[in-house]
Amino acid sequence: MYRIRLHGRGGQGMKTAGRILGSAFFLAGFEVQDAPRYGAERRGAPIFAYVRAGRTPILERGVISRPDLIIVADDHLLAMPGAGVLSGAQPQTAFLIHSHEKPSLWRERLNLQGPVFTLPGLPENELRFRGAACAGGAAALIPELNIDLLAEAVQEELAPLGPELVATNLGVARMAYASLAAHRGAVHEGGPVSAGEYTPPGWLTLACEEPLLSAPAIHAAATSELSQTGLWRTERPIIDGSRCNRCWWLCSTFCPEGAIQVDDERRPRIDYGHCKGCLVCLAQCPAHAISAVPEEEAAAQGETP
Amino acid sequence: MTRKLLTGNGAAAWGARLARIDYLPAFPITPQTEIIETLSNWIEGRELECRMVTMESEHSMLTAAGAAAVTGVRVFTATSSQGLLYATEMLYTVAGWRVPLVMVNVSRGLSSPITLEPDHNDVLAMRDCGFLQLHCATCQEVLDNLLIAYRLAEHPTVRLPVLVNLDGFYLSFTREPVLIPTQAEVDRFLPPFNPGSIRFRGGEPLSEGVAVLEGAAYSYFRYEAHLASLQGIRVYEELGQEFAGLFGRSYTALECYKSEDAEIVFVMIGSFATKAKEAVDRLREAGKKVGLVRPRLVRPFPAAALRGALAGKKGVAVIDQNLSPGKGGILHGELASALYGMAEAPPVLASFVGGLGGRDISSEEFFEIHKAVQRAVSEGVNPSPRLLYTEEELRGVRTMQSVARAADTKQGGGA
Repeated sequence: MYRIRLHGRGGQGMKTAGRILGSAFFLAGFEVQDAPRYGAERRGAPIFAYVRAGRTPILERGVISRPDLIIVADDHLLAMPGAGVLSGAQPQTAFLIHSHEKPSLWRERLNLQGPVFTLPGLPENELRFRGAACAGGAAALIPELNIDLLAEAVQEELAPLGPELVATNLGVARMAYASLAAHRGAVHEGGPVSAGEYTPPGWLTLACEEPLLSAPAIHAAATSELSQTGLWRTERPIIDGSRCNRCWWLCSTFCPEGAIQVDDERRPRIDYGHCKGCLVCLAQCPAHAISAVPEEEAAAQGETP
Repeated sequence: MTRKLLTGNGAAAWGARLARIDYLPAFPITPQTEIIETLSNWIEGRELECRMVTMESEHSMLTAAGAAAVTGVRVFTATSSQGLLYATEMLYTVAGWRVPLVMVNVSRGLSSPITLEPDHNDVLAMRDCGFLQLHCATCQEVLDNLLIAYRLAEHPTVRLPVLVNLDGFYLSFTREPVLIPTQAEVDRFLPPFNPGSIRFRGGEPLSEGVAVLEGAAYSYFRYEAHLASLQGIRVYEELGQEFAGLFGRSYTALECYKSEDAEIVFVMIGSFATKAKEAVDRLREAGKKVGLVRPRLVRPFPAAALRGALAGKKGVAVIDQNLSPGKGGILHGELASALYGMAEAPPVLASFVGGLGGRDISSEEFFEIHKAVQRAVSEGVNPSPRLLYTEEELRGVRTMQSVARAADTKQGGGA
């Protein structure tokens, strides 16, 4: 059975990519199970989806703990332990990463044993098609899939969006497929867990603890500050000090996260640790002093948040 | 007939559509909302002739569903978790009206703490309301059992509302291949509703749910509903056979998987039971005589069938995805009452609670459950109930507690 896990951020199309792959497998005659895994859905927050494809009806359910292929739509997630991208990776697990970096860099940096492939980062104006790119690239690595099945699956999954968007997504998927066509067969089906030889789950017996500890309460204010929601940001608002007219309140008032503070000299400062990049400030600034820069670009320019 | 990938929610919507429902009172709640969205799209596109009304709460939704059912139309509705609990009063009330309707519940854990992820405490909190309960393990079963549910609810002997349950996330948002029968095929099994005597009309006086201020009448009406529910076991089996004749997929009150020659049997309900089947296959490969028994019907409770399926077994592991605080797993207690006093009752009836709030149950845990029951069988001692919970999970909770300053408060001696 193929077990594929797709990691991305809310809004990057990983649920769709999973469905395209699921449909392609289904069209190829596989039994399929695909699902997104999300909690309270949040744009920009790490999410994942998964696909199982086998020759017999699939009895496994839920999150894939030992993936054969891990797809990463956004290479920043690899540095976020909370995203769990590397969770359960086996020595033979293949990686497909949407990244400007070379595969060798990721192999070295993450000490990966299995094959690593990258999909060249899409230009800014095409980033919204990265789901199609990831599905196309993955289809190229799986011997039972081909370009026709991929095209049919894209058509099936995206038809409600209209022919124009289907055509664009198809173009992106085909290009990604072509770029990895030489690596056909690089992903291998994993086997089941053996009941004869396995690692026991490490159960414990819970003790009865006092209610202060055992009731679901938070005993302090502003603990949410500990959560670095700035990591969800894909675009960074940057204030041009020379154009800011120090109106002192518009951007900070409209910021839904309370992530903009104004100093004694009426200069607004953005707390990038918690700014989610919604860009409401940019829309509100009367002096048009705020611009949006893609995170990757801002990072490349050495602008540390 | 077409075979395509559908989520559990999609399969539920298809079931309702093919049942040619007439009336759909609705109120949104995760993870059920997709069912209502799908149906409303079809109604909007005139693919389904049905009256949909959005209500201001689940309590009103169930009231509307019951009131419409009294007029003799085919009614469908769906909810989850807190929504189901909010409708509780009307579930009991409508069941007492003895009218057929079908409701889907997409299982989700209950507050507090609040979660979106599944377990069975919501649906089992409705165990005693009078609705029949069908529990599904696959998306196909969701579609098929919706069709069967209407026949069951509308059966002249039963005439009780039916709840069809599917697990949030593990079925609701998970796509699997589902055979969608054609309308003509479904019409042969589930023809347009003939309400017979269910007929509330203006100008034809009828009072539903009347007051009875003494126990004899109350006992009579309540016990009649119980007897009708018990008839549901036989009716479900008959309908399952008829369904198999038409569609080739058979449904029985119990699904027995490799349990006939098994020495140790897992008992559980819902979609996690397919995980148990996977574990059974792996354990069989390792030479273990193990099987699974899964009740599809929880109300009425198929006690006789369970006695038959479990007679002579050495050990049974009941895996409850629910928790009755102060008691433990609910199905374990139900099964114990069914097996008590039986000559060939399994000597070991172990209780495991797992999968609360969407917590997964791994293959390795099924292997360990088997091992624990095997040990209990050889030692001749029934093991203590166990929560499936790992050291690693507790470490994660300790981190949360430290963020929540729970330990600080304790040290500060606040209380």
